[in-house]
Amino acid sequence: MSRRPEPVQVVKQRRDAALEALIDGVPYIKFLGIRFDRRGDELTGVLPYADMLIGNPALPAIHGGVTAAFLEVTSIISLSWFTQWDALEAGEGVEDSPRRLPKTIDFTVDYLRSGLPRDAYARARITRSGRRYASVHAEGWQDNSARPFAQATGHFLMPQRD
Amino acid sequence: MTQTPTTTTDAQAERRTKIARQFIGMIPHARELAMQVTDVGPGMAEITMPFDPRLVGDPDTGVIHGGAVSALMDTCCGAAVIAHPDSALGTATIDLRIDYMRAATPGQSIRAVATCYHMTRSVAFVRATAYDADPDRPVACATGAFTVERPKDPA
Repeated sequence: MSRRPEPVQVVKQRRDAALEALIDGVPYIKFLGIRFDRRGDELTGVLPYADMLIGNPALPAIHGGVTAAFLEVTSIISLSWFTQWDALEAGEGVEDSPRRLPKTIDFTVDYLRSGLPRDAYARARITRSGRRYASVHAEGWQDNSARPFAQATGHFLMPQRD
Repeated sequence: MTQTPTTTTDAQAERRTKIARQFIGMIPHARELAMQVTDVGPGMAEITMPFDPRLVGDPDTGVIHGGAVSALMDTCCGAAVIAHPDSALGTATIDLRIDYMRAATPGQSIRAVATCYHMTRSVAFVRATAYDADPDRPVACATGAFTVERPKDPA
């Protein structure tokens, strides 16, 4: 077998399909309107603004529960994504295997400033990934990435392979 | 637990219930999730969120996403702050931790009960528990700190 690099479209198609397999069919992700931007293995969650996301109509500000949910969704998808990355790049058919998502053990959100009525973005960093447990830190921002509006830490129970 | 005056009249209780209902009714996201205030007391609120297939986080099991439980917990904690006798004009979440103890049973509504157990001039401390139809096995617990917005000039 030749060791030539794979054509770029093949690589992209495989990675996009694997990401899609994680997100597609999760009603709650669709309900909030969250999508993911991918650059190589880097994922950014995008929460486009919608009126129904508002929690304080006087300010107005995005609901704290929505912010928590957005960071939690970003954490879970990023965690699944990073843990399957090596298998994916080794050519294992990830999309054929049944979806097994990490389960949230606990999730703590710090609200740093109020969420403005506009699009929000989030990224998660896996601070520790073990066989059974994982720790994740997530940050959400809007106009200015240096001024996050919320950050979160969470612990997750990893799906067991049997 | 906060000691509340025993002189609380029915009129006060009614006023509190009305304020808490209005508080929820004005929140677009709480309306979208069809949250209902099912009980209010001094520094206490109970909010119920019906099962909705749009909130499912795992399509293989039909279990509600933790994020939807977070939205319910956050709203319920805020309502408990508003329902506190040293009532605030408004409140915002400073931090909220949620412990997910088990998956909520698919098809069942989720009921959160929050208590604002301590309030200073500027911070409210709140605890909450969420249940599905089984009142003996909570689904999730929450602990949070909330801001207390007071009138600029208290005189």
